[in-house]
Amino acid sequence: MRYAMVIDTLKCVGCSDCVVACQTENEVPIGYCRDWVTETVNGAYPTVEIELKSERCNHCDNAPCVRCCPTGASHIVEGGIVKVTHDECIGCGACIESCPYDARYQHPEGYVDKCTFCHHRLEEGQNPACVSVCPTKCMYFGDLDDPTSEVSELLKSRKHKVLAPEAGTDPNVYYLIK
Amino acid sequence: MQEEIFVSGRNIPHIDPILQVWHFPISLYLFLGGMAAGIIFFASLFTVLRKEKEVQTTVKTGMLIALIGIVIGLIALLYDLTHMFYAWQLYTTIRIESPMSWGAWVLLIITFLLTFWVFSYFTEMFPKWDWKFDFLKNLEKFFQKNRRIMAMIMLPLSIILGVYTGILLSAFNARPLWNNAILGPLFLTSGLSTGAAAIILFSKDHFEKHLFTKIDLALVVLELGLIIHMLMGMYAGSHVQLEAMQILVGGEFTLMFFGFVVILGLIVPGIMEGIELMGHKVPSYVPALLVLIGGFIFRIVMVEAGQITRYLY
Repeated sequence: MRYAMVIDTLKCVGCSDCVVACQTENEVPIGYCRDWVTETVNGAYPTVEIELKSERCNHCDNAPCVRCCPTGASHIVEGGIVKVTHDECIGCGACIESCPYDARYQHPEGYVDKCTFCHHRLEEGQNPACVSVCPTKCMYFGDLDDPTSEVSELLKSRKHKVLAPEAGTDPNVYYLIK
Repeated sequence: MQEEIFVSGRNIPHIDPILQVWHFPISLYLFLGGMAAGIIFFASLFTVLRKEKEVQTTVKTGMLIALIGIVIGLIALLYDLTHMFYAWQLYTTIRIESPMSWGAWVLLIITFLLTFWVFSYFTEMFPKWDWKFDFLKNLEKFFQKNRRIMAMIMLPLSIILGVYTGILLSAFNARPLWNNAILGPLFLTSGLSTGAAAIILFSKDHFEKHLFTKIDLALVVLELGLIIHMLMGMYAGSHVQLEAMQILVGGEFTLMFFGFVVILGLIVPGIMEGIELMGHKVPSYVPALLVLIGGFIFRIVMVEAGQITRYLY
C-alpha cells in the first residue's frame, strides 16, 4: 500500500475549498492551515502562464522531517503517511526547518502539526476531506501499488511533476500538468 | 520570470512570509555550547597531557565558566521548545540519524561530567569554602582522584559537542545556507577559538595568556580559511546555494557577516594577537572580547539568515 494524491492543475480554479474543508475536518486552529493554494505566474505578457496548485505535506518516501526528529514523534505509518505523535513531540522545530515545502507548523498547544492525508477518514474507507470536497474534482487519491487504481492510471497517461524533486525527498503528491 | 503567491491567504505564525521557528535562544545556545566545548577541550587536553599545573585558569575558572555557559545554554534550549514539558522524551530514545538526538545525549553526559569536574576543584578555587558534610568531602576526593579519567572521556565528547552545534544546522537540506558539510568543522573551530578567548579574558597568568593567544591566532586563521572554503563551496553550488550565498555576500546580512564577524571578529583580533605575540604591548582583553562578540554574532547571522534561504518551486 502506498498512498498518493494526484492533483490536476488544469482543472484547479484556486477556490480554496480544500483549505476550508481541511480546517473544518481537522479542527485546525484559526490562522493555521495544513493545506494551501498557490498561484504561480510564469513569463510576461503576451506569453503568460498561470498554474494553480493545492499544496500540502507530500508524505515523502525519504522524509527529512522523520529523519531529523530527535524523539521519533515524526514517523511513517502504513501506506507511507507521515504522522506526528503529539505526546512525543517536544516542539523543537527541527522537522519544520527540515521540510522544503514548509508543510508543518507549531500548533498553539505546542506540538508540531501537519496534514495526515485524513488518516482517520481513510480508516473508514473515505477520501481525505480536501479530495472529497473539491468542486472541480481536480484531486484524486489512491494506492500507487495498485496498477489499476485511478491515481496509477492518471500517472501512466498524463504528464506530471512533483514539487522540488531536487530536494531528494521522493514526494507522494503529484501534479498533472498536461 | 516566475512569481508565486498564496491565493488561500496562508499566513502561519513563525513560518510565513519567512521562516522564524528558531530564534535568539538557539543562537545563544550555539555560541555558549561552542565556547564551553572549546574550554572543556583545552582543559581536558592539558589534563590528559599532565600539564594542568601550567594552565590553572583553564581547568578552574575556565571550566566553571563553561559550566555556567552550558547551563544558560540548556535553559535557552528548553525555553525555545514549544512543547517543553515533553522534553524528557529526548532521553527515551537514541536516534543516530537525528543530530539533535545524539547531541542531546552528549550534552547531558558532558553537563554531568563538567559538574563533577568543577566540584573537584571547588575548594581549590574557593579556599574558604567548607562542604560541612563528610560524604561531600569524600566525594570531592573521589573526583579529584579521577580527574584524568574524566578528562579522557570529556576530550572526545567536547569535540563532538563543538561539531554538533554546526551539524545541527547543516543536516537540513531544505535550508541551502546551512546545508554544507564545512559547517561542522567551522563551528568547532569557532567554538575552540571563543573558548581560548574566554580563557585569555579570565587568566591572570602571563604564560597561560601567551599560550592561548598563540592557540587563538592559529584558530582565527583556520576559521577564516574555513569561511572562505564555505563561500567557495556555495559559489560552485546549485542555484539555491548561490541564492543562499547572496544573503551573506551583497545581501541583507552582508554588514553583519563581513563587518562584525569577518573583520571585527576575526581579522582585527587576529592582527592584534599577532602584534602581541611579536612582543608589543596590546591590552589582551580587546582581541579576546572581539573574538567572543564576533563568535556570538556569527551564530546569530547563521541562524537568522539560514532560515530565509529555501527551495523555490
